[in-house]
Amino acid sequence: MIAIIDYNAGNLTSVKRAMDYLGKDSEITDDYSRIIDADRVIFPGVGAAGTAMADLKKRRLSQAIVEAFNNKKPILGICLGTQIIMEMSEENDTKCLGIIRGRVARFSPESTGLKVPHMGWNSVRLKRRHPLFEGVDRDSEFYFVHSYYPVPAEPDKVLGETDYITRFASVLAAGNLAAMQFHPEKSGTPGLKILANFCEWDGSDYAE
Amino acid sequence: MLSKRIIPCLDVRDGRLTKGVKFKGNVDIGDPVETAAQYYREGADEIVFYDITASHERRNIMIETVRKVAEKIFIPFSVGGGIRTIEDMRQVLLAGAEKVSVNSAAIRDPEIISRGADAFGRQCIVLGMDVKKVQVTDKIPSGYEMVIDGGRTYTGIDALEWAKRGEALGAGEICLNSIDADGTKDGYELTLNRLISSNVNIPVIASGGAGTPGHIFDVLEDDRADAALIASMTHYGSYTIREIKTYLNDRGVKVRMNW
Repeated sequence: MIAIIDYNAGNLTSVKRAMDYLGKDSEITDDYSRIIDADRVIFPGVGAAGTAMADLKKRRLSQAIVEAFNNKKPILGICLGTQIIMEMSEENDTKCLGIIRGRVARFSPESTGLKVPHMGWNSVRLKRRHPLFEGVDRDSEFYFVHSYYPVPAEPDKVLGETDYITRFASVLAAGNLAAMQFHPEKSGTPGLKILANFCEWDGSDYAE
Repeated sequence: MLSKRIIPCLDVRDGRLTKGVKFKGNVDIGDPVETAAQYYREGADEIVFYDITASHERRNIMIETVRKVAEKIFIPFSVGGGIRTIEDMRQVLLAGAEKVSVNSAAIRDPEIISRGADAFGRQCIVLGMDVKKVQVTDKIPSGYEMVIDGGRTYTGIDALEWAKRGEALGAGEICLNSIDADGTKDGYELTLNRLISSNVNIPVIASGGAGTPGHIFDVLEDDRADAALIASMTHYGSYTIREIKTYLNDRGVKVRMNW
């Protein structure tokens, strides 16, 4: 079973619907033991880091995510989920899970004239191969909607980069964890391919 | 770099498309779910549903349509028309829409924008604007006025002021429809799109007037708009989305070409 972590952060049902479409057994849950017992874990989310972290702590879910990571379960972070795995977010100066070292910064468009949030389809430049991106065309685009982005302290955790206002880390990978700032569940065929790959992933990374 | 979006708009009444959609070389279909799925396969970047149902049962019918669409298409889609309360928004979003759009409801009760943004996030709330060109007066300094009821009722609200206010209240995006250009197939209202787009810091979807790929190029190049809403161009089989996107891509407008 794939546990989709339920906390107070937006539209979880779209991830569930994508899993149903792929014919994969998944469950939206906020139950600590269901998450610990799951084969793999998806950590989605749309919203603000501060309220999300407060909710995760209150429901013991932050502990469940860290434990699942330490137990080598395949974990997929999406959008806000990708920001929450960092050490801290500039959004309300929130202390986050710290699974990947580094912070989360806000886009500062200043002279660029570009709009925030970064909303729409953009490409991802992969820095190396990864099991989740097998069979995904290099020129695929993905659907983004966010005002903050992760800034990992260790460059080897950056799997993919995207250009908007600045060049930012749009896909992170750390062993059995992969996390993306875009929404694979809203990114058409290439997004569904990433989700399908995740469902088969054993959590190992070519880089290791 | 971010791609410009091409967004087909489907008008729905009582769970059916108001006019059938005939894709290039294909049969006429009136089912919004099948039509949305076809546009998804053809490379639409997003889909807009506009519900013009008048009956009391309208909400339940539309929710059911939204639910079925969400099972089949995996790109963002929004629902507008008849969204009057936070509860309306919640139902549409829970059924699987990515965004809701408010138009006349926001004119009557602007706070619905901020309440919606607080409850669901700014990215969910689209401010739909129906605009008519008028004489420049003290009250309408931009020369563009907000209208409702399909353009029959003038509100006395300046369109530029309203766009700025909508952004301040928490709208995440603006869908800017020129009533003057709508249905003409003579092209988008470029001056209006430039005016609004350069004065807000949220994305603007241009709406009304598209008849050829060249019209879409005109409104997307040089950042007059971030996305283009289309209807009859593709609904009646004159163009496919791939043809439109190829035209734009060949002329240096970045669009998503691989889907």
